[in-house]
Amino acid sequence: MVKKQKIESGALAQSVNRAWVFDRVAKGIVFIGGISAIVFIISIFIFIFDQGMGFIAEDLKPGEFFGSEIWRPTSESNPTYGILALIAGTASITGLAMLVSVPFSLGAAVFISEFATGRVKEGLKVLIELLAAIPSVVWGFIGLSIMNPLIVQLFDVPIGLNMLNAGIILGLMAAPIMTTIAEDALKAVPDGYREAAEAMGATRWQVIRRVVLPSARNGLGAAILLGVGRAFGETMAVLMASGHAINLPTSPFDSVRALTATIAAELGETARGSTHYEALFTIGIFLLLITLCINLLADLVIRGGWKRRKL
Amino acid sequence: MVSTAKLEFRDLSIRYGSETALEGVNLSIKPNEIFGIIGPANSGKTSFLRSINRMDEMTTGMKVGGSVLLDGTDVRAWRNVFALRSRIGVVFPLPVGLPMTIRQNVTMAPRMKGIKNKAVLEELVERCLRRAALWDEVKDRLDSLGSMLSGGQQQRLTIARALSQEPDILLLDEFSIAVDPVTTMRIEDVLKELKEEMTIVLVTNLVQQARRLADRTAFFLNGKCIEIGETEDLFTSDSRDPLTRDYVEGRFG
Repeated sequence: MVKKQKIESGALAQSVNRAWVFDRVAKGIVFIGGISAIVFIISIFIFIFDQGMGFIAEDLKPGEFFGSEIWRPTSESNPTYGILALIAGTASITGLAMLVSVPFSLGAAVFISEFATGRVKEGLKVLIELLAAIPSVVWGFIGLSIMNPLIVQLFDVPIGLNMLNAGIILGLMAAPIMTTIAEDALKAVPDGYREAAEAMGATRWQVIRRVVLPSARNGLGAAILLGVGRAFGETMAVLMASGHAINLPTSPFDSVRALTATIAAELGETARGSTHYEALFTIGIFLLLITLCINLLADLVIRGGWKRRKL
Repeated sequence: MVSTAKLEFRDLSIRYGSETALEGVNLSIKPNEIFGIIGPANSGKTSFLRSINRMDEMTTGMKVGGSVLLDGTDVRAWRNVFALRSRIGVVFPLPVGLPMTIRQNVTMAPRMKGIKNKAVLEELVERCLRRAALWDEVKDRLDSLGSMLSGGQQQRLTIARALSQEPDILLLDEFSIAVDPVTTMRIEDVLKELKEEMTIVLVTNLVQQARRLADRTAFFLNGKCIEIGETEDLFTSDSRDPLTRDYVEGRFG
């Protein structure tokens, strides 16, 4: 009797031990997984800054870099590194893309979250996720082969690869992710709010306008900002649809060139360590910093809401 | 009798899919009375309330049979369900302070009706909050968020919001679940005053609350209305249904 008890308690101690070991191992693996993201980010920063630093330290003339629209890195006699036109290209395309995608995606999110039910809802969500998974080169192909002749025909302009084309393509590309995030934000609004408002005699539109949208405000803001980030960083589709011409645009029908596309198109043809190469990395640093700002802003928008709610 | 009823239910039945929540309910509620409904969980009390302002139309799968007459007209005959709902104030079990300021919570219903005059709205905010016994606690912070208030305060805010609709009928669904006893008593006092102006239907799982407040009370059990009577009779009479007696005396439920 006594012996049996001893065995049982021994077995118990062992099994607890095994669970404990497993717990420690699992914890370690998860920790490595978590920390690796930070390690990667820091490594990328170091690498890009290291590659671009040479240019910043020696050749950078800030006035020319940010103030000149002449990007002529391969000129033998007088290489000029001005990214103003590239900034204008990226900004104009991103702005146009937002004009296209914000109304579309917010509308889609409201429809999915507030109106669609059952199969329509599930079907739409799957389709939109599918849309988000279309490779950017396919979008670029659509811009090149469908939008291009369409724009030429519709607006009677000589070339259809321009700011309008790239803006629309990018808008369509950014819309699915914005829709998904915005829909999540709307879904997070408690049903009790909707029910309370409807019980007061609010119409569907009044419920959405006065209760749902205001309480999802932060999430919707974050969705838009992440969409901006997506459009801003996109490369391949922009390269194919924008016309890739250095230009300070004066109309949507001007061809433009984006910062990202410039790096993609030129980096492979520069000598490693050359001024041109380093200048491209400096553009990379600039892109990285702006993307970082956008993401931080999106984070702040969400957090700002938390704070207000807690106070 | 029929002509004086504020609300009348004829052979009301409610189904969720194949499941019956309520069956064969016939009863009428007089103007300016507090009508209590008691019964254990799952007896169909909440479904009953939801049939009045056609909230079944928001709940997928909920089917209402029979008819609900408001002032002699079937609620289903109202073309504009929003106008119907705006005549009926609802207080839910868990307080729902909408995520807007206290002032906006109370002025939402009138603003939806198109009232924009600031002075009118101000006056209404004070009147409704006073009647809901909340004014003194919030008068200095009308522009802070309604969802920041304590549970009991939010429930009184919900009542103020329901009153801002200037309803004929006030439906209360177990309003005291998330409210402390002191606040519950204050709200009960408010309800006694309010019945001068409106008809109140009070669903409660506290039988003593029904006894304190209701003029007449119905006992629901398993989707059937077992008995309707003067509240005092339901609690004391010898002629009542044995099920009712067991329930109000706390032998089950």
